[in-house]
Amino acid sequence: MKVAIFIPCYVDQFYPQVGIATLQLLEKLGVEVYYPEKQTCCGQPMANSGFEDLATNCNNLFVENFSGYDYIVSPSGSCTLHIKDHLHVEKREAEAAHIRSHVLELTEFLTDVLKIDKLPARFPHKVGLHQSCHGQRGLHTSQMSELIAPGFSKPQHLLSLVQGLELIPLDRADECCGFGGTFCVGEEAVSVKMGKDRVADHLHHGAAYITGGDMSCLMHLEGILRRQHSATKVIHIAEILNAG
Amino acid sequence: MEATAEPKTKDHATLADTFNKDEARVDWHDKTLWFVRQKRDKAAWQIPDWEHLRETASQIKHNVLSNLHHYLTQFEKQAQQNGVTVHWAADAEDHNRIVHGIIQKTGITRVVKSKSMLTEECHLNDYLVAQGIDVVDTDLGERIVQLAGEPPSHIVLPCIHWKKEEIGQLFHKHLGTPEGNSDPQFLAAAARVHLRERFMTSPVAITGVNFAVAETGEIVVCTNEGNADLGVQLADVHIACMGIEKIIPQRKHLGVFLRLLARSATGQPITTYSSHFRKPRPGQQMHIVLVDNGRSERLGSEDFRNALKCIRCGACMNTCPVYRRSGGHSYHYAIAGPIGSILAPGLDMKKNADLPFASTLCGSCSNVCPVKIDIHDQLYKWRQVLAKNGYVSETKKTGMKGMAFVLSRPGLYRFSGAVGRWFSRYLPFTMNNSLNPWYKQREMPQAPKESFGEWYRKNKKRS
Repeated sequence: MKVAIFIPCYVDQFYPQVGIATLQLLEKLGVEVYYPEKQTCCGQPMANSGFEDLATNCNNLFVENFSGYDYIVSPSGSCTLHIKDHLHVEKREAEAAHIRSHVLELTEFLTDVLKIDKLPARFPHKVGLHQSCHGQRGLHTSQMSELIAPGFSKPQHLLSLVQGLELIPLDRADECCGFGGTFCVGEEAVSVKMGKDRVADHLHHGAAYITGGDMSCLMHLEGILRRQHSATKVIHIAEILNAG
Repeated sequence: MEATAEPKTKDHATLADTFNKDEARVDWHDKTLWFVRQKRDKAAWQIPDWEHLRETASQIKHNVLSNLHHYLTQFEKQAQQNGVTVHWAADAEDHNRIVHGIIQKTGITRVVKSKSMLTEECHLNDYLVAQGIDVVDTDLGERIVQLAGEPPSHIVLPCIHWKKEEIGQLFHKHLGTPEGNSDPQFLAAAARVHLRERFMTSPVAITGVNFAVAETGEIVVCTNEGNADLGVQLADVHIACMGIEKIIPQRKHLGVFLRLLARSATGQPITTYSSHFRKPRPGQQMHIVLVDNGRSERLGSEDFRNALKCIRCGACMNTCPVYRRSGGHSYHYAIAGPIGSILAPGLDMKKNADLPFASTLCGSCSNVCPVKIDIHDQLYKWRQVLAKNGYVSETKKTGMKGMAFVLSRPGLYRFSGAVGRWFSRYLPFTMNNSLNPWYKQREMPQAPKESFGEWYRKNKKRS
């Protein structure tokens, strides 16, 4: 099984440890991991701003980098969802279609493909799980509070395999953090207020760490935590699953 | 609070920023609406087949939209047979003119109106007042915002942004209640006395329409206060105003929609009154005004057609994390929140170009929608349409072009990333300043020495 990892641009630049943890974790689990080096971005910032056309070159580049793999795995629900829903390259549509149907967010890959039921990880801390919307509502990595349906959660299942980890409850299990891409600056007031409210929920329940599948949401929450001089930290789920 | 409705030239972000100046009020607004969302959840969990019910409602509406012409003509025929006068209005102006024409013929100037988002959409009140008609909204929440000179901030809970103390002050000023009395029961009783007098002396009653049954020509109006019934039963002339998408094929389909509507809206099993109006009583006139106002155009658009399935329950507003923290007036359109943001640009793209961007695309709205409108996907699609038509700012466009230029060139991307991180590490003030909206209330991420790509090339690269 040939697996390529897609490390989103902002993770590459600002959170290399998340890329490293993803790579190490997959290798630890016996996966043959490839990192196509000319990768950059999924094109979501342009597309979500209304400029899908400007993402054309990013799409070309993505297909260029990620053709020919059995799976493409990314430590981001949001970027994965964007590729799944919007990757189209006119002249290489068959390859694009293969990528769209074989791109998986990390926790999906671990749960659905590798079917992990034990992990050598240890993380003896109180952890709050932030369910990022694009992973949860877009990729269905867990049941959503709005739907009348049986409960399940891929990230929660994986965290339950980590030794010493105590998952804290939240008052609002799956409310958006307010990052929202360019929303975080275009609608600064509401974005920050949403983030502050999420942070408060985690702090209220005693989280030492806030984790999740999307570093973008966590970057936003981290910015608020650090401005509040909070001792609580953010940590990507790949880092926890790779810990110890 | 009174008459603080902002001029409509300000965009959502600016209005939301103003709303957020009072954080305690935002918290209160958020919690109040979240409570309604939780009530909705509880009610929905009582119905094991809830998701099946949503799917059924969505499919019935799909059928209606696919056969709208047939159902509308069937409805018109049935209604006429019932002795109802049916009018067709192409747009808001047409609608207002028709309603005024009916009132004018009676020679009456006092009108009561129960809740109707369509008449809000058409700005009927402003039109009638300008023609010298004294129109009173009889839904309590709507009466409150009417006295305050504001539009509703929510389609089901029009004055959800008002606190009881402020309503006490407002009633003191307009209805002469004792100063400082904000007891809800007392204020409701005062409103009742005030409204009863209006009901008794208004020979014309306007109502909205929740559902219009093609099979029978009857309309169904859902209220909790019985104000539609009081108005109609006491009036000589009943005018019901409806968008053409309110049609349902048969009476039996009401069972699906009535079960969904109130549960989705407020968590009630059903509205207190679900009133069927089929024919005028002897001596009474009954008029139904069928309004298009952009709906046909919407019907022709594959991407946006489903928005016409909306039954105006407001669930998408209650669940929307943005709406709860920006307030209904920040949407500067008769219908606020996620559904308003996909309806408004269809009517006026230029004026409402900001609304599809007032969302994180979290998708909660689509999940609560009782008729399964793909609201957040439509928000995304509206963004594309707005950008194509030149309604996204040049600044944003230039920024996005620059970003796309860098991100489609791996070498330049690596170089820019390294430069950016260098500035952020050694000259943080170039980013940590008041010109950066991120930094205003958040710290910037701390730039690492090397990117993942750089680490990989050093440590892992396969030779």
